[in-house]
Amino acid sequence: MMSIQAASGAIISIRGLRKSFGPNVVLNGIDFDVMPQQVVVVIGPSGSGKSTFLRCCNGLEKAEGGRVDICGHTLVNEGRMLPEADLNSLREEVGMVFQSFNLFPHLSVRENITLGPRKLRGLSRAQAQIEADELLKKVGLTDKADAMPASLSGGQKQRVAIARALAMKPRVMLFDEPTSALDPELVGEVLQVMKLLASEGMTMMVVTHEMGFAKEVADVVVVMDGGVIIESGSPQTIFTNPAQERTRSFLQAVLSRG
Amino acid sequence: MELDFSPVWKGWPQLLEGALTTVEITSVSLLLGCALGLLIGIGRLNPARRLVYGVCTAYVAAIRGTPLLVQLFILFFGLPQFGILLPAFLCGVMGLGVYSGAYVSEIVRGAIQSIDKGQMEAARSIGLSSSQAMQSVILPQAVVRMIPPLGNEFIALIKNSALVSLLTIHDLMHEGQKIISVSYRSLEVYLAIAVVYFVLTGLTSLALRKLEQHLKAGGMVQ
Repeated sequence: MMSIQAASGAIISIRGLRKSFGPNVVLNGIDFDVMPQQVVVVIGPSGSGKSTFLRCCNGLEKAEGGRVDICGHTLVNEGRMLPEADLNSLREEVGMVFQSFNLFPHLSVRENITLGPRKLRGLSRAQAQIEADELLKKVGLTDKADAMPASLSGGQKQRVAIARALAMKPRVMLFDEPTSALDPELVGEVLQVMKLLASEGMTMMVVTHEMGFAKEVADVVVVMDGGVIIESGSPQTIFTNPAQERTRSFLQAVLSRG
Repeated sequence: MELDFSPVWKGWPQLLEGALTTVEITSVSLLLGCALGLLIGIGRLNPARRLVYGVCTAYVAAIRGTPLLVQLFILFFGLPQFGILLPAFLCGVMGLGVYSGAYVSEIVRGAIQSIDKGQMEAARSIGLSSSQAMQSVILPQAVVRMIPPLGNEFIALIKNSALVSLLTIHDLMHEGQKIISVSYRSLEVYLAIAVVYFVLTGLTSLALRKLEQHLKAGGMVQ
């Protein structure tokens, strides 16, 4: 049953993905394809496996079963991971943004962004700085290039984290609840940068509780519960006419909160 | 009873010479201890690498579980039975360095493990290998956290170095004992030696405090 072929042209193709932590089954057979330039938003109740799903897509979590193909590499196939060296070069093509930002606190904003390009893309310090400054302009933080992360607000930190991921010139960006740790008034500035990326044609997978963002930007909304995808479709279908009762009650709970 | 410090004043150049040897031997041991501690500490991070982990764990257990004096005597008096005759100074440095390395390794391991695991994940997610991530992201942050416990370890090392006087090394303790053997003024000379050790350990903790303040000012510590 897991032998369904990847849709032709998919940049991420996932078949029969399974993962558990001890006795706790977190992902229980996921099949999904992401096409280039698509924005996929993953929603669902907490504990449904959304973050683990995302983390399996760049090998931060090792899937035990099933297969993940991404950017032309087979990341994992029935528990066999890509060899370490290939995994590292694959990760250059797959940017990741974390809920807790994870900026490097001992490096300035600019150094956070230039570390990867200098170590891995072989750029000179000067060249890497030029690129970093362009990215900082893009995320609206030109004046913070020399600041240390500790002096930034949460929204600013997350924008730097996005710039840091973009500095590797990835083909896919994964966002793991990028606004969940932010004060409400800072969410907008991060979503704005993400919208900009989407409009530029970046392929994105976003785990979020921001339903407004999902409605506005997503090409596909994926609803997860209990380690499986219970349904997926256009935002319009999911938000106005979901097929599953579980989706309906989840959306009701989330939307009534706002 | 009267105190007579005249043998101390007369023997002062000799004591300073000894103190210099103490500084030399502790500095070299300290470097050796830090280098060993870094390697062993990193070797004990991942139990899945069973051989490396096992060797490093055995090292820490053996060195921490036996007296430094016994280790020094094995090097100096024991090895010659196998025809291995090492100079006293080398025995002292090796003994102190290896001993200190076991303690430093635990400081290194603790500091590295205290760094939020999101840091390693973020570094890996941009494509850095685990050793590149360790070098550029984890260690620079961990080193700052190592400084206060390393200060304790350095001070312990300075004090433990008094044991090398038993290997015929002419350190501060040894020079003091030579003065006592001709003057019979034990209390006065031992007090003088204690003061010199106190100055050495005091200077060390002062220097480390300055270093920590400097790193904090540079934004390295939050």
